[in-house]
Amino acid sequence: MRIDCKHVWQHISAYIDAEVDAELRAEIDRHLETCEICSAILDSTRNVVVLIADDRVFELPAGFSDRLHTRLETELQLTGSG
Amino acid sequence: MTAPDPAFEADCIRRILAGEGHLFHALIRPCERSIFFLLLSLLGDESEAEDVAQETAIKVYLNLKNFRGEAKFRTWVLSIARNEGLGRLRKTGARREDSLDAGTDDQTGDYTPAILTSWREVPFEALERQELGALLRQAIERLPAIYRNVVLLRDIEEMDVRETAAALGITEGAVKVRLHRARTLLQRELAPKLEGFAPRSKGLFAWFKSMRVEP
Repeated sequence: MRIDCKHVWQHISAYIDAEVDAELRAEIDRHLETCEICSAILDSTRNVVVLIADDRVFELPAGFSDRLHTRLETELQLTGSG
Repeated sequence: MTAPDPAFEADCIRRILAGEGHLFHALIRPCERSIFFLLLSLLGDESEAEDVAQETAIKVYLNLKNFRGEAKFRTWVLSIARNEGLGRLRKTGARREDSLDAGTDDQTGDYTPAILTSWREVPFEALERQELGALLRQAIERLPAIYRNVVLLRDIEEMDVRETAAALGITEGAVKVRLHRARTLLQRELAPKLEGFAPRSKGLFAWFKSMRVEP
């Protein structure tokens, strides 16, 4: 049985994370070979995942770490183990 | 994100509890980003998130003797961050309409991806430009909170399913369902817009169709 596009979309996230079993993976791969649309949806979803993981997208506020460690140092001094 | 090193953590914890408190700086450093972004996602405000992140770090320090090592250190830290964040929401009464532990997974919605015919190039170079980063951040900010939190821990902080589930107090199944929906919503929102950031000429995207095919 060949799976349809909608079926493939349901498993895209799991497919990207390599969490589909071998049989389903093979079916999806067969579908992707001939379906340009699902292939592009998979690529674009994967690209979005790759882009948002880039450290340049989500940066800590400037000075966050310094302020955190300064406050921690104060706490460490208070508890006498700094 | 900085990958935590369990052996280093265990050694640090042992020595901190034995009196070398200064080592706590090194212990907490790899968790800073995850703490902040989890809280930002929950509280929706940078200065609140930073304040609660500091409270969280202090609480972790003061409760370090209670860490049993059954969970990963970062998971334990994030569950403290989550509790602190929820406590802050209760205190301020400024609960977001859909917080971490609200919402169910049976809500119906359209999780159809945007239909396009090809997009192979990831526009990494364009990340140097502020607009692309802003576009990605806005898309994530617009996600319902229960999806945003999962994306944040899984795709941005790159935590595994198990750790994400433990940090958010939800099942691994819920993490997978929410992640799938979140990624589909992000693909639908972002794929058409990312056209403008393609590394080659715009002609490459001339075929692009932002319309969706109804199933």
